[in-house]
Amino acid sequence: MDAAAPRPKENQGEPLPRVDARLKVTGQAHYPADLPTANIAYGALATSSIAKGKVTKLRLDDARAVPGLLDIVTYGDMDKVDKPKFGNTGATSIGPLHDRTIFHDGQIIALAVAETFEAAEEAAQLIRAEYDEEKPTATFDSPGTATIPAAGKSPLFKEDVKAGDFDAAYADAAVKIDQRYSTPTQHHNPIELFSTTAFWEGEQLTVHEPSQNVTGWKVELARQLKIDPGKVRIVSPFIGGAFGSKGPMTPRTAIVAVAAKRLGRPVRCVTSRMQAFGTQTYRAETRHHIRIGAGKDGRITAFAHEGWEVTSRPDAYVVGGTSATGRMYDYGSVLTHVSLVQADRNTPGYMRSPPETPYVYALENAMDEMAVALGMDPVEFRRINEPKAEPIGKKPFSSRSLTQCYDQAADAFGWVRRDPKVGAMRDGDWLVGMGCATAIYPTAVAPCAARVRLTVDGDVRLQCGSHEIGTGVRTVAGQMASERLGVSIERISVEMGDSSLPPAPVSGGSISTASVCSAVLKACDAIRAKLFAAASAEGGPLAGSHNEEFELAGGKIVANSGASAKVEDVLKAMQVGAIEEYAEFAPKGATPEALKKLYAGTPEFHGGDQDEDSVKYAFGAEFVEVRINRYTREIRVPRIVGAFAAGRIMNTRTARSQLMGGMIWGIGQALHEATEVDRRYARYVNRDLQDYLVPVNADIKDLQVILVPEVDHAVNPAGVKGLGELGNVGTAAAVANAVYHATGTRIRDLPIRIEQLLV
Amino acid sequence: MRPFVYEQPADISAAVAIASRFATNDDQPTRANAQFIAGGTNLADYMKLGVAEPNRLLDLNRLKESGLRQIRVTDDGIRFGALVRMGEAADHREVEERYPVIADSLRLAASGQIRNMASLAGNILQRTRCEYFRETSWACNKRMPGSGCAAMLGFNRQHAVLGASEACIATYHGDFAQALIALDAVVHAEGSRGARRIPFAKLHRRPGDTPHIETDLAADEIITAIEVPALPWGRRSLYLKIRDRESYAFALASAAVALDLDGETVREARIALGGVATVPWRASTAEQSLQGKKLDETSAEAAADAAFAEAQPRQRNAFKVELGKRTLVRALLETRDMKV
Repeated sequence: MDAAAPRPKENQGEPLPRVDARLKVTGQAHYPADLPTANIAYGALATSSIAKGKVTKLRLDDARAVPGLLDIVTYGDMDKVDKPKFGNTGATSIGPLHDRTIFHDGQIIALAVAETFEAAEEAAQLIRAEYDEEKPTATFDSPGTATIPAAGKSPLFKEDVKAGDFDAAYADAAVKIDQRYSTPTQHHNPIELFSTTAFWEGEQLTVHEPSQNVTGWKVELARQLKIDPGKVRIVSPFIGGAFGSKGPMTPRTAIVAVAAKRLGRPVRCVTSRMQAFGTQTYRAETRHHIRIGAGKDGRITAFAHEGWEVTSRPDAYVVGGTSATGRMYDYGSVLTHVSLVQADRNTPGYMRSPPETPYVYALENAMDEMAVALGMDPVEFRRINEPKAEPIGKKPFSSRSLTQCYDQAADAFGWVRRDPKVGAMRDGDWLVGMGCATAIYPTAVAPCAARVRLTVDGDVRLQCGSHEIGTGVRTVAGQMASERLGVSIERISVEMGDSSLPPAPVSGGSISTASVCSAVLKACDAIRAKLFAAASAEGGPLAGSHNEEFELAGGKIVANSGASAKVEDVLKAMQVGAIEEYAEFAPKGATPEALKKLYAGTPEFHGGDQDEDSVKYAFGAEFVEVRINRYTREIRVPRIVGAFAAGRIMNTRTARSQLMGGMIWGIGQALHEATEVDRRYARYVNRDLQDYLVPVNADIKDLQVILVPEVDHAVNPAGVKGLGELGNVGTAAAVANAVYHATGTRIRDLPIRIEQLLV
Repeated sequence: MRPFVYEQPADISAAVAIASRFATNDDQPTRANAQFIAGGTNLADYMKLGVAEPNRLLDLNRLKESGLRQIRVTDDGIRFGALVRMGEAADHREVEERYPVIADSLRLAASGQIRNMASLAGNILQRTRCEYFRETSWACNKRMPGSGCAAMLGFNRQHAVLGASEACIATYHGDFAQALIALDAVVHAEGSRGARRIPFAKLHRRPGDTPHIETDLAADEIITAIEVPALPWGRRSLYLKIRDRESYAFALASAAVALDLDGETVREARIALGGVATVPWRASTAEQSLQGKKLDETSAEAAADAAFAEAQPRQRNAFKVELGKRTLVRALLETRDMKV
């Protein structure tokens, strides 16, 4: 069997190939920086080389002398537009050209526009700033940080969760651990560089830019430019790597739009990889203090998780993973607190499973330490702390198949062959270690609109302003329509990635499949209802079968009596050439404002820990084998197995692919990824793929994804739990736990590197 | 990226003539107005980043001398033409058989795509990838003499512990060069002052007070060939490269080792160390310490201690001393155990 196309099990959809696979592998998929091509002027950014201070003078003469230079947009040129806002649609509140204050390294100081890319780059490199420089604050422990509570600073993080009396329970616990963990700065490095292409046709602005939120950007860009949102169109048909980096709009977009307006021609600005470290969002470094107390029987009685997260001076970006870690196990008592630590840095932002990746890493590393302290098998330790209800609000889980995940992954991995003794397993000069960890991700859903048209020729056109960020959402949305309308996938065209389409929520938080499929389902069901009503109406081809149930298959309406009618004939009888339905889906519990907010680009999320009836999460279990050379201590990962349960799986191929990518990312987080901050200057040092390492193919050997069947009707009408951000949660802890098992050295600070093991 | 004139000289003498017309006598090759380009995998990057700013590029790929593209194996050794690509040399059967250390050092470098482009002469002249050198807003004595060294007290995990100076601690990242220096290779060069042979060990210069002077070459000199003398016991040789990931990363530490053994006793050892020094690094004291000794873990550790006796660790690269030693120990023992 083809491993890439797992055979569907219960409640799992067919592994159809991606509808756009051929376009992508033949180079015919057009990414935002590919279009348009006519009459383009090229923009290049000039950025600051200090992290704190003021620009006192900008020397532009050398840049202006570059042949082909057309314009330089800098201080004063953005005064007529509004500053960006920080939030779900805006990456930062810093308007870099509104104010000569430098808040961080690599802040935009000008945009040079020229006839060629090369001339623009040369001019940008020749722009020289003079600064009134101040000593910047780089990160934790640097002089000048300010620490504030995170709770209430973000609508997604309202409070520090707690339950019971932690202090008393911890004091009484027979076995305890008290440890600190940390995760490093990480930057998005998608192969598709960040870019903006803007052009005006009269008062109408079109922006081609990779985006996970075309509706939100349309509204926010219109606000900044003080024009009607109806005059702004954001186009983003394909995205080459998103993972949160293309979720909020950065200040560059408006600057390029202004440049295009001034020049009266299209302007394209592709940010260099080095510049992206300062001009895009990133995952900031975190610190954790975890205390766990348990009885000798292994039952946890006390759990405390404190977190510290770096953010910028002006914007309070909150990660706040304690809402997930605080609900993971049957703790008895819970105490959490999250603090923001402000420094002279660019505003951080979303990166794949933003809260869970760092926080669950710390928790799952600590769980392994606790299992060691108890002398228990780490799988067994988790099993006996499985909760009946989540410990904070005592709500049930809508579904929770973690135990099944552990069983299936442990079995496939061969966990029984693990010698629990540290350092006991060897293969020649290589120390062998095995570790495991839990993955968790909240299951959320948001309002979404979709338009579906079924024509008399049997073709289906599906339109939805969601985003193909590589997840396969075009394919699974098409699959949903195919299933409900009985039309083969080849007859379905799916349009996405354009703010002129029906609005969809931001493609973040693993909500897209659930939200989009729920909207498509609703539109398709409306078409079905019309067809069935027309077919069974007086004079219709299935007249007299009012009380029957119908299905659609192979272009026919089939009654359960066996009678059938061609869809084509029903449409003819209706005297129409097509049925088109525009559906707006709003999740259970949506507020009266929910749809309005969808159109405003600020959709409300439901699910996760927010609902009254239950908490909603997807779970997984990951097992890792590491090998460490006994002399030189390099760490390799020959095997990794993950089992995941996420409700209905729309397509086993795309689901596996997402989870596999997540696990690979997790290995990178464990062993490779880290942005180095030069503490003296609060500047990023390793700003390219030469020194910012991610795994290459040679690092990934035997990787297995198991899709554990699960049915959950409570999460959303489609029964889908998002899994795009599930796969990389816990992976780094599983690696760290395996490294401990191999060497006896407990690494608590990521990434795990050779120098930590040279002892 | 700045505009530049691009030329394709027809032969070596034409290339030298153009270069010498645009270079003055004391121009450093890396700072000259006219510079040579072959594979372009290093220079083109640095031109885009504004680190290298030649206003004239002399593309050597059309030079008509066929020897530039040949690998010739004779009783005297192997002669690599300067324009032979890394990939060709790595896959060459006799290179693999006679000097596994050369084939390994090439195969473990860069990526398949880069190896198909990069020339051997360009490879040995590759410039450091020091982060502070690569990005023009930092102080860097190598890029801008006299501006200081931001790496010295900065993030210097990749940096050198051997051969550094107060002016520069940038690592020489190449792998092939370690095999060449261990094997006593010789470089052939041609310039306006004629042709000459340069012992490989004399090609690169330690940074000292002038880290911008990287080699012994003049601005109008072209490497035409690299010659590796015959070494009957070269079959017992290997290159061990330790890095953060399995492929496509620079060495944190590496070792090129060739051994002439009499049973388990070392008649002669050749050792070079990569990833830890500012230039290709022959570890002569380590070689001497092994001579006449039985090669075991103890003698290998003594050799490793000798190799790093002069090491000057900084804050973030201090681990390279221990890692470098262990890399050498492992390489020596693995070379000893080779079936040849």
